[in-house]
Amino acid sequence: MGKTVLLIEDEPNIIEAVSFILSRDGWDVKTHANGHDAMDAVRRRVPDLIILDVMLPGKSGYDILGEIRADADFATVPVLMLTARGQTRDREMAERAGASRYMTKPFSNADVLDAVRALAGT
Amino acid sequence: MTVLNILVLVCLLYVVLLFGVAFGADRAARQGRVRWLRSPVVYTLSLSIYCTAWTFYGAVGFAARSGLEFVTIYLGPTLVMIGWWWTVRRLVRVGRSQRITSIADLISSRYGKSNLLAVLVTVLAVVGTTPYIALQLQSVTLSFAAFAAFAEPGVPTAPLSDMQSTALWVAAGLAVFTILFGTRNLDANERHHGVVMAIAMEAVVKLCALLAVGVFVVWGLAGGVGATLDRIETSEIARFDVSAGRWVGLTMLSAMAFLCLPRMFQVMVVENEDEDHLRTAAWAFPGYLMLMSLFVLPIAAVGLDVMPAGTNPDLFVLTLPLMDGRDGLAILSFLGGFSSATSMVIVAAIALSTMVSNHVVMPIWLHYSGGAAMVSGDVRNVALTARRISIVGVLFLGYVYFRISGGGTALAAMGLIAFVGVAQFLPALMGGLFWRGATRTGALAGLCTGAAVWLYCLFLPSFGPAVFMSETLHEAGPWGIGWLRPYALFGAEGMDPVLHALMWSLLLNVGSFLLGSLLSFPQPLERLQGAQFVNVFDHSDTPGGWSGGMAQSEDLLIMAQRIMGAREAQALFSAAAGRQGVAGYLPEPSPDFLQELERALAGSVGAATAHAMIAQIVGGAAVSVRDLMAVADETAQIMEYSSQLEAKSQELARTARQLRQANEKLTQISVQKDGFLSQISHELRTPMTSIRAFSEILRDTDDLSAEDKHKYAAIIHDETVRLTRLLDDLLDLSVLENGQVDLNVQSGTLEALIDRAVRAAGGETEHFIIHRDREAERVDLSTDLDRLAQVFINLVSNARKYCDADPAVLSIRTAVAEDQLVVDFVDNGGGIPTEMQAMIFEKFSRIGETKAGGAGLGLAICREIMARLGGYVSYLPGQTGPAFRVSLPLSGRMAAQ
Repeated sequence: MGKTVLLIEDEPNIIEAVSFILSRDGWDVKTHANGHDAMDAVRRRVPDLIILDVMLPGKSGYDILGEIRADADFATVPVLMLTARGQTRDREMAERAGASRYMTKPFSNADVLDAVRALAGT
Repeated sequence: MTVLNILVLVCLLYVVLLFGVAFGADRAARQGRVRWLRSPVVYTLSLSIYCTAWTFYGAVGFAARSGLEFVTIYLGPTLVMIGWWWTVRRLVRVGRSQRITSIADLISSRYGKSNLLAVLVTVLAVVGTTPYIALQLQSVTLSFAAFAAFAEPGVPTAPLSDMQSTALWVAAGLAVFTILFGTRNLDANERHHGVVMAIAMEAVVKLCALLAVGVFVVWGLAGGVGATLDRIETSEIARFDVSAGRWVGLTMLSAMAFLCLPRMFQVMVVENEDEDHLRTAAWAFPGYLMLMSLFVLPIAAVGLDVMPAGTNPDLFVLTLPLMDGRDGLAILSFLGGFSSATSMVIVAAIALSTMVSNHVVMPIWLHYSGGAAMVSGDVRNVALTARRISIVGVLFLGYVYFRISGGGTALAAMGLIAFVGVAQFLPALMGGLFWRGATRTGALAGLCTGAAVWLYCLFLPSFGPAVFMSETLHEAGPWGIGWLRPYALFGAEGMDPVLHALMWSLLLNVGSFLLGSLLSFPQPLERLQGAQFVNVFDHSDTPGGWSGGMAQSEDLLIMAQRIMGAREAQALFSAAAGRQGVAGYLPEPSPDFLQELERALAGSVGAATAHAMIAQIVGGAAVSVRDLMAVADETAQIMEYSSQLEAKSQELARTARQLRQANEKLTQISVQKDGFLSQISHELRTPMTSIRAFSEILRDTDDLSAEDKHKYAAIIHDETVRLTRLLDDLLDLSVLENGQVDLNVQSGTLEALIDRAVRAAGGETEHFIIHRDREAERVDLSTDLDRLAQVFINLVSNARKYCDADPAVLSIRTAVAEDQLVVDFVDNGGGIPTEMQAMIFEKFSRIGETKAGGAGLGLAICREIMARLGGYVSYLPGQTGPAFRVSLPLSGRMAAQ
């Protein structure tokens, strides 16, 4: 039985690609496409790992990450952040908000898989 | 065909000619060919409405009854035009600088824009003018009846019912003419070119007619100048001894009436085109009057000699040619009288209807519909309708008066009685122009007292004993108090009733005016207005004391659009914005601008109403001035000085605000520039992520189904297209911004272009409805049609994507004004917040975080394209929803060529 990963991302094509890669590796992939009720989705799914996009409709990824870390149940869940803005300032913001790992789009499929495996192993 | 039938035919032809002249002049004015319409000769001729039918026919009757006394009626205005030329000039200057619409408006405006005063003046003017209109109707019917009597000698004078129906037809025809040409524009301060031109023509006709009759009488009937002088010598006319008191009194009276009559005020001040015309009128108008009076005595003397005893001397001008069988001349003379009557009635109806609608109807309507009316109702239509109904009402009143008085001799004396009535305006008017101490209380007291004395001593008794006042009241005074008898007030017995009333009413009027002014304290607004009126030549523009904030500009625009019409209001606002160096339609509500706006509105609805409307939006700005006044009783100069200081400090505050705004915008733009790279990065990386991920999947996965392979390849393809489009937009924008664009000029119609744009943007659906005016869109364009289509597609797609109403309704309105094509795109969604309006044309600016749109480059590209095409696209505030205006010159330059 694979572990559960929750993908919070609003671009349908990227959702499809990431789901494809991870499910072939044995992950149970759940997806969610907007920022407003992302925290509800986290509580409902109780994922082992979260992949979180920064620019979401309704609420920014940093804010959602803040809420995840503030919840005692999810304070230690690994979170992989994806961003389309590749400036160092964005990376610093992600680390300060409590991201476990940070990746810039576009990424190679192998890197995502490695990162997810590494995060799940710790 | 009988002479009578010919007369009717000639009359009809003449009326058609009048309509033609008015129509032609209006059209010429609209097409900008106004040079000859604005000549001083036309102005002078229009002043001749002073000579009504009462003067045309009545002067001869006057001369036959009381000798040379008729000259006083001409002498008064002559003295005013020559000796008081500077007063008239002051009146005209004030009228023009304050955009005055009527004499009621002038008096109200001077005394703190008080509507109570305006209503009082209006009522008095209506009471004084109605009998005068009846008099004109009577003169037309009497002259018609005289014709009938000569045409069919067997039949006695036409029955009364015939006369009444003639009067009704004349009144109805005049109402139609006045409504057609007098209420074309709402702005009563605008010139009525058609009306003025028709009146000028009528002035020529009546002068020619009187001169022709005079020449006929002197050389045709009397047998030369010498013989005529002999006849005058031997007739009774020479034996009338003229009382010096009556002579001076009547001359003064006609001089005062010349300044105060509502219709004279209308042509002299309101319709005045150029102050310099007064120079010509100062000698030409007295000349006109002299010519009009030249043959009065000969006609009267010969008439008394030749005509059978008992003939009405008022109609000698008509009956002398008729008796001699000169039908042609008689018809000309009839037209002269007809002209005198109609021109007076038309102008009087315009003047009175403006007063009634601006000072009585509009305030009542505004009061009952509250402030909301300015935003939701159409003030413009209400005002025009009110004016039209007032015209009909005024003419109907005149007709009713004519019916009730039975067309009897009571009317003939009415001219002088009406003169005394309107002369009551004079103290308030002159005091207002020359004396800064004059106050509203004083003006009210003077007007009320004067009007009351006039009513009691002259107007009511003039209906004859037993109508309004009993015989005993006349004989013994009310309650038997002898010194209150209407014709012998305070024991002044044995005087001529007109002179008696004139003396007491003016004496008491002036007394109350002075006393009221000295005892009362003027409101701040009165002081300011007083200073502007009295010192009109020193400074025609002093700060008015308005102050306001930015947020009100849009409300002001909405209100102004309702009253002046959208185009005029927008032009006024954008011109003001341009002068202040602000882009767009919303100028700073500076005191100067508010005063300009108030005057523009005053031209439509009168000073008092305009002031009240602006005060409702801006709030009581005069309060700060009032506070200053309360601190110390300063002199007017000090107050003016401090209000100037206040204006200066407001100006400084305004400059500071403008600088702050500029700085804010710069900061915002710099933040945007900062975000530009980050934005481009995001917009490019997102599609690239999908492309990379799926291409790796296709490369690394062996067991993909054919269906999946196809699907993933399609995704890669779509994302590539998306990337290309983004790059195209960026390049497009960069090329447009650098001005290296080649325009491909083609010809086509706007209709086809909008069709194309609507189709490209996805067409109409049940959730997206487009209203268009295809008639207006039939405009030929010669420009880069592809680029223009790109702009239209963008605006239509934006409405489709962002409009939050269901169904979304987009109205595309087209207008062509002065070689400028204007296309407005207005939808019914929520408006764009004021703070965002300045930013939406910047790159990558999207409202909110919606992903519905593209990269946020669309409007930026539109703006650049329109700049290249020589036009502009802008956000149009004050509409029902988000609105964009595309404006393009129909011919001429394009920036990139």
